[in-house]
Amino acid sequence: MSNAIEVKDLRKEFVAYSSRPGLKGAFRDLFNRNYKVIRAVNDISFTVKQGEMIGYIGENGAGKSTTIKMLTGILTPTSGRIMVNGMNPHKEREKFVRSIGVVFGQRSQLWWDIAVQESFRLLKKVYGVSDEQYDTHMGHIIETLDIGPLLDKPVRKLSLGQRMRCELAAALLHNPPLLFLDEPTIGLDVLVKLKIRDFLKEINAKYNTTILLTTHDISDIEALCERVVMLDEGKIIYDGSLEKLRAQWGDEKEIQFQFSSPVSYQQLAVLLPDSDVNWTQGNSPNVWMARIPNEEIVLSMLIAKVVQTFRIQDMKVNEVSTEEIIRNIYEEGVVHG
Amino acid sequence: MDKYIEMIRIRFLMMLAYRSNYYSGIIIYTINIAAYYFLWTAIYSGKESIQGLSVAQMTTYVAVAWMARAFYFNNIDREIAAEIKEGRVAVELIRPYSYLGMKVMQGLGEGVFRFFFFSIPGMILVVLLFSLSIKLNLYTLLYFFISLLFSFIINTQINLMTGMMTFFLFNNDGIMYAKRVTIDLFSGLLLPISFYPVWAQEIMTFFPFQAISYIPSMIFTEGMQGIEIWNAILFQAVWSVVLFIPIVIMWNMAKKRLVVQGG
Repeated sequence: MSNAIEVKDLRKEFVAYSSRPGLKGAFRDLFNRNYKVIRAVNDISFTVKQGEMIGYIGENGAGKSTTIKMLTGILTPTSGRIMVNGMNPHKEREKFVRSIGVVFGQRSQLWWDIAVQESFRLLKKVYGVSDEQYDTHMGHIIETLDIGPLLDKPVRKLSLGQRMRCELAAALLHNPPLLFLDEPTIGLDVLVKLKIRDFLKEINAKYNTTILLTTHDISDIEALCERVVMLDEGKIIYDGSLEKLRAQWGDEKEIQFQFSSPVSYQQLAVLLPDSDVNWTQGNSPNVWMARIPNEEIVLSMLIAKVVQTFRIQDMKVNEVSTEEIIRNIYEEGVVHG
Repeated sequence: MDKYIEMIRIRFLMMLAYRSNYYSGIIIYTINIAAYYFLWTAIYSGKESIQGLSVAQMTTYVAVAWMARAFYFNNIDREIAAEIKEGRVAVELIRPYSYLGMKVMQGLGEGVFRFFFFSIPGMILVVLLFSLSIKLNLYTLLYFFISLLFSFIINTQINLMTGMMTFFLFNNDGIMYAKRVTIDLFSGLLLPISFYPVWAQEIMTFFPFQAISYIPSMIFTEGMQGIEIWNAILFQAVWSVVLFIPIVIMWNMAKKRLVVQGG
């Protein structure tokens, strides 16, 4: 089984009712309602290999959650073909869900009023995990995620970070080959985020677990995923490596110079007259920013010329962040190139 | 099967987590039984029997009906409705178990908890406080427990159906409230079925409601004898099989049109 997920021409349509304004409109709505069909997911196709870690990103309402719900068998697709772990999620639900783990960042799967270990115990019975399997596998997870001291506390008394770690442990209790994470780090502090990322990397390396992750925190994707699938208005607008995305979009660098004495634009502009260097002034006459194409020659020549001509106090090279790249893509809506 | 038994245990723990509900429940049930006790002794006031029930049988009927209610009553219709509305049913669907089966087990866990920690101590308390006619006949008790189990099944089936209506209506509070009143009224909890006019009694034989409260309470108070008991239990058994049909149909329809709200 090489492909964990195979999706072909997947489509999901919802019927959205809209109400007419005013009292008269409300009465008319009683008899016939206006509705339109909204295509949340529009004929997408992709495959995920076993052991891959994939970032599934897009704006709010782009169709990420809808896709995850179809992949986990919660929603039935309007049309298209889904094979996950070699099964059709809707046809063999009970057998299928044994082979996946799911974490919804905004919804708890643990029982709210009882101790965490009771939830674990129930899930252990539900998935038919043997005692020894539980002790070795879960023992390790509990240790890595550092949730031992939380086990006897009811879920409602846990902080968000504590709860999230328990949710993750619960989703992995039956050691599924495929893990769906829907915004797992939403609202978490840096330390918990790092811990969760390290843990996911470890699980992926140890069990070759496929992980499909949706998030709005691009640093999650940078830390974990080699491949990203980007969704916009129900369509895949990018599917490929994160590096390539950065190379396509992050094709500029910004260098910030802090000079010892004020410098004018003319003085700077003559340094490299025939290149695409763009100078902008910073918050004082001593500070200037140069935007240059991301090429080694231009970069080294610029720095050489500047330090030969002027005395500088400080210099910073800013790479365009992935976050910025993604924001640009969202704003423009298409990936060029 | 293991997982379903584990669910009963979990529900037990959840009931223990909310002890104050438990204590207030005891008080509410005692007040209810006391109110009906005084009401019925006033209505009888000297009369030997009404509709074949003596005053002692009548008050026992009321006490037993309320104690039986503690076992069969559950709020899984509300829970299902809430889970559908909040979209939590999605989380349930990614578990390898039958959602409705698990809900029934939760109801059973709740029922078993209340039966042991609520009905039995409550019954002892009521017997000490009021003069009830309780003859503990082994066979009567046996029949009572069989029919009590069917009450649970039928009431839970009705709850599953009203809960699942939320899939189709999205806001279902009215139907759930109507169901509750209907069951209290037509199950024989407030008034034994034999007290209704004959035409009403005839209509009620076409509905499952009297199987919930009237039959077990009549068996316990020995208002039913011999062949009557068997007919009554058969009536319950038939209904609990028949009610499976709409549940299966509704569940299949619901799964098809399941739209997780807020998704």
